[in-house]
Amino acid sequence: MMNDGTMPDHLMIAPILIPLVAGAIMLFYNDRNRQTKLIMGLVAVGLTFLASVELMSGVKSVTEQGGTVVGLYRLGDWPVPIGIVLVLDRLSAMMVMLTALLAAPSLIYAAAGWHGKGQHYHSMFQFLLAGVNGSFLTGDLFNLFVFFEVMLAASYGLMLHGSGPERIKAGLHYLAVNLAASLFFLIGVALVYGTTGTLNMADIGRALYWLDDAERLLFHAAATFLGLAFLIKAAAWPLCFWLPPTYGAASPPAAAIMAIMTKVGIYVILRLSLLVLGPDAGPSAGFGAPVLMIGGVLTMGFGMIGILGTPELVRKGGYLAIISSGTVLASIGFAQAGGGSSMLGGALYYMVGSTAAISAFFLIADPVSRNDEGDDDAPVETDGFDPLSERWAPMGLGTVEDTTAPASHRTVSWLTMAICFSLVAAMIAGLPPMPGFIGKFAILRGAVQDNLPTSGHLPVILWAYAAMLILSGLGALIALMRFGIRRFWAEEGPAPRILALEVVPVVLLLGMIGLQTVRSDALLGYTNATASALLEPGVYRRAVLAGAQDVRAAPVQSLAPDPQPQTQTQTTQEEAE
Amino acid sequence: MELILALAIGILVGSGVWLMLRPRSYQVIIGLCLLAYGVNLFIFAMGRLYIGGAPIMPKGGFVDPSAYADPMPQALVLTAIVISFATTALFLVLMIAARGATGTDHVDGRERHS
Repeated sequence: MMNDGTMPDHLMIAPILIPLVAGAIMLFYNDRNRQTKLIMGLVAVGLTFLASVELMSGVKSVTEQGGTVVGLYRLGDWPVPIGIVLVLDRLSAMMVMLTALLAAPSLIYAAAGWHGKGQHYHSMFQFLLAGVNGSFLTGDLFNLFVFFEVMLAASYGLMLHGSGPERIKAGLHYLAVNLAASLFFLIGVALVYGTTGTLNMADIGRALYWLDDAERLLFHAAATFLGLAFLIKAAAWPLCFWLPPTYGAASPPAAAIMAIMTKVGIYVILRLSLLVLGPDAGPSAGFGAPVLMIGGVLTMGFGMIGILGTPELVRKGGYLAIISSGTVLASIGFAQAGGGSSMLGGALYYMVGSTAAISAFFLIADPVSRNDEGDDDAPVETDGFDPLSERWAPMGLGTVEDTTAPASHRTVSWLTMAICFSLVAAMIAGLPPMPGFIGKFAILRGAVQDNLPTSGHLPVILWAYAAMLILSGLGALIALMRFGIRRFWAEEGPAPRILALEVVPVVLLLGMIGLQTVRSDALLGYTNATASALLEPGVYRRAVLAGAQDVRAAPVQSLAPDPQPQTQTQTTQEEAE
Repeated sequence: MELILALAIGILVGSGVWLMLRPRSYQVIIGLCLLAYGVNLFIFAMGRLYIGGAPIMPKGGFVDPSAYADPMPQALVLTAIVISFATTALFLVLMIAARGATGTDHVDGRERHS
């Protein structure tokens, strides 16, 4: 525990509570007060960011003092395997911070007019953040399901924000796919409970040790169902066909924040596959690793083909998200199969940068393809509105009551857009000195360094991964360059009017990406330490279960929280390590 | 009892999957409902089957737990029912909106041969 268990560290629940409360308070205001809500939203995001900075520095300083790396928050102070816990470690601290960093640009972008295109944009945005942060922080499998549903419910609203036939059509598919995925998730959770008798993620790893063969088979079925559910959310091939149309149809600020949602799926896979099915899991060690490796490489290949094949710029963003997912998924598979920690550290570094870049891409894709009438890359203008007037008017169905003018009318030049676009494209393609390059380089170096000495040669799948890593960057580069040349160089005629409010968020994200390059040693050090901590699940498990009672071994016991501190003394069951 | 429950779950899930793969959005929503029922029963069954066992222990809790049903899956299934109910309601709204916006109840928003 972070402060010796005398006082629970209430800061840990702040990243969930702040957006939840902020979103709830906003509901009391009339939805016309969008500027007020915007400011409240920005304040909430800022507070969440401060909390995440504090949490991260706490995790770092505790690690440097040689303490346990894991902070624990018992909700309702119930004893550990019974109650729901929030668990904070390096990975979850990093993800919470990334969420806050991506949220602010998306909110600013929405101020350019999108938040006026429907009801309750800001509340849903905050609820989405609460769900995402909760998924990152929870240490309980069923609680994870609940936070997932909070996140998804908010994302349905955000995805449909602005309405219109295209969005409704894509939303119908998105909703159906995610409902089915949630049912898979539930089947998996139920099977896990049926076999291990616990839902605490750390306790599952411990209980797995005692399973006999028949139960282990069922547990593997549970892991398969859970994996299926999370691979759908993480958009791994062949479960990723929902993603490009959905993200393409969503309004740009919603798509930008939804870029973190695929990473929630990846986070859970990373967490569970290394914690439960990691190297020390006995007969279950490495279960699912081949699927992640091969699936990840195939996902990257699919994303590359998709980005080269699709004509619409916004849809290219969806395929970029798929490539990024595949890259991280494959390296999780390698790490689970014993491929070493530095590769995973590189992949985590890459994930931070690429998520920011994809978010920026969604934000810039809409302004630069405005008024675009090119031949090969023409975006589909379904409704024959003048695009500029359509931006401030209700679109599609007559469900939107009011329109708001943008918060600021300053515009920027077309050259600024060209520069921003080329920087984002360079980052996505992985050109030096962008973090995309550093991350991919770190992955490749880790792959060679850790795997070459042990066997003397690299396995075929690792070669395939390395090749895909480079080829997918090349594919993205070609696709984006084609668009850029045609749009920024070859096209004549007046440039579209672009508001400064639409560029500021992109510049902010680019600044974050730049900072990631400048401070790459610090961040890479952090992600490498995160990766090696993830590969030692015993530490995490011990820290979470330190005060745990084993309910199976001692059935006749009062399990309610006791007024006398009696339960504290009966603890310390042996841990199966 | 096990056989009946297993058959019930199997039939519900089987018909749910079949309906979910159909092209009409109404069939999809009924399929999702049936699937959710099947999954809820499955969660319930994962706490093992008891006849006449109460899920809540008397105060103090010093009792033989084997005489009681597992309360945990019952709590889980309650949450799952609420969530699937809410999302189904949302899906229903979206389905009606899609019908209004596209003029067809095909899930792709257009008929295959038109």
